Amino acid sequence: MLRDEILSTIEKNSRVDIAELAVRLGSEEEVIAEEMSKMEEEGVICGYHTMIDWEKTGMEKVTALIEVNVTLQRGQGFDGIAEHIYKYPEVKSVYLISGGYDLLVTIEGKSIKEVSSFVHSKLSTMENVLSTSTHFILKKYKDHGTIMAKKPEDERQLVTP
Amino acid sequence: MRNPLNKKVESIKPSGIRKFFDIVSEMKDAISLGVGEPDFDTPWHVREEGIYSLEKGRTFYTSNAGLKDLKNEISAYVKRKLGVVYDPDSEVFVTVGGSEGIDMALRAMLDPGDEVLIPQPCYVSYDPCTVLAGGVPVFINLKAENDFRLTAAELEEAITEKTKLLILPFPNNPTGAVLERKDLEEIAKVVEKHDIFVLTDEIYCELYYKDDYASIIQMPGMKERTVYINGFSKAYAMTGWRMGYVCAPAVILKQMLKIHQFAIMCAPTTSQYAAIEALKNGDEDVRMMRDAYNQRRRYLMHAFKQMGLPCFEPFGAFYVFPCIKEFGMTSEEFATRLLEEEKVAVVPGTAFGDCGEGYLRISYAYSIDNLKVAIGRIERFVGRLKDEKK
Repeated sequence: MLRDEILSTIEKNSRVDIAELAVRLGSEEEVIAEEMSKMEEEGVICGYHTMIDWEKTGMEKVTALIEVNVTLQRGQGFDGIAEHIYKYPEVKSVYLISGGYDLLVTIEGKSIKEVSSFVHSKLSTMENVLSTSTHFILKKYKDHGTIMAKKPEDERQLVTP
Repeated sequence: MRNPLNKKVESIKPSGIRKFFDIVSEMKDAISLGVGEPDFDTPWHVREEGIYSLEKGRTFYTSNAGLKDLKNEISAYVKRKLGVVYDPDSEVFVTVGGSEGIDMALRAMLDPGDEVLIPQPCYVSYDPCTVLAGGVPVFINLKAENDFRLTAAELEEAITEKTKLLILPFPNNPTGAVLERKDLEEIAKVVEKHDIFVLTDEIYCELYYKDDYASIIQMPGMKERTVYINGFSKAYAMTGWRMGYVCAPAVILKQMLKIHQFAIMCAPTTSQYAAIEALKNGDEDVRMMRDAYNQRRRYLMHAFKQMGLPCFEPFGAFYVFPCIKEFGMTSEEFATRLLEEEKVAVVPGTAFGDCGEGYLRISYAYSIDNLKVAIGRIERFVGRLKDEKK
């Protein structure tokens, strides 16, 4: 119960101060701190990342979603192939997917050329990879539950009964 | 020229703190903790249903009492929340916000001279609506030492032979006070003993931060003598849709509906379709918003404690009601100075009745980030006042 509450709160804001979190959840600072380190150890909490809208930084950044079809060898599952792929630092995420293809891979690079060259030279050439289909992301509207567009102003009256 | 106006309407005073409201509305850059409506947007699936109904061309009147599907959903909701069954065809009707229900009930039930018991501090409409309906408001001043609950003894003391109706505005705006099962049991006994009626305004019932929510209509013999008001504004963040409803005994409801039929015709059709969706699939939204309010409530209680500002712990609505008597100022003076010096708008307790003097209504229908900035300023202001006193 407390776990759920901690998680659903820090999922939206991982920077929340632990003392403040304790107040908001009606708990004690020590209890929250202990629960959080437990969850870190258990791998429930895997990291505290920052959401960045790279477009606004002016830095060159290209993201692509790549559908990957693979072929399995005897005695080998998807996990081994996924591992081969996710060890590349260019690869930001790898999901095993139901449906028309097997793995969905997210790749980040500085340019379309860089991402394409990774796909051609590294991904497609892997022994188990049958085919790939690359989709470059043109615009992010919403990511990790956060809408990228500017929040509208509070349109309520300043004071109402 | 003759006076074109109705004397009773003329006699109703505009809100005593109008001057303060005027100052606030001219302050462009003030942070406000002054609103009485949710900061959340109406859940998207609910808005979509409204949009869809417009696309489908559902732009006509509905029957006076409202869409049948909506009345069924309302009846089902009250049953699952409170275990009380209202017949959707004769004991439920859809109103333009909870406010309309209050007005209709008072107009349908009061004869000239009937006394209406109004516990204060409370929402601003009970008093003038009672007067307009020909009734006589009798105020019960709730006490801070009782956490602003209405006690059976206070009720007993206020009843005369002219008393017709008791208004129960809980969970309360502006104090955040709630009545629990044991309070209601005691109150119900007094109500029955004196054969009076009840108008219970439970518009904040989903914003209740304890277990076991109780309503007067659950108490023995009370459903038959109670008009139950609720709506979508607070629970589903739908203030602008103007959607409320009334559940009441058929004999009362029939007369209310008569006035509604001639004065209003029907509640807005688009809003009614959206409201069906809210009741069908909105439980998770309500839970999410309630959890967020509860975190803010605890945050504010803690902040006032740190500041040394006395405040009882409210368990309902989205208001806290701290006491500022120690500074020797009226609520309005305090609020005006806070606005001028720190640009934070709060509502003086006196907006909700004379016995709100010495208190402020602070709304937490704002994001935590927003509250933090405002609390920082209030803290600075209170610190300065304490220094001045030394």
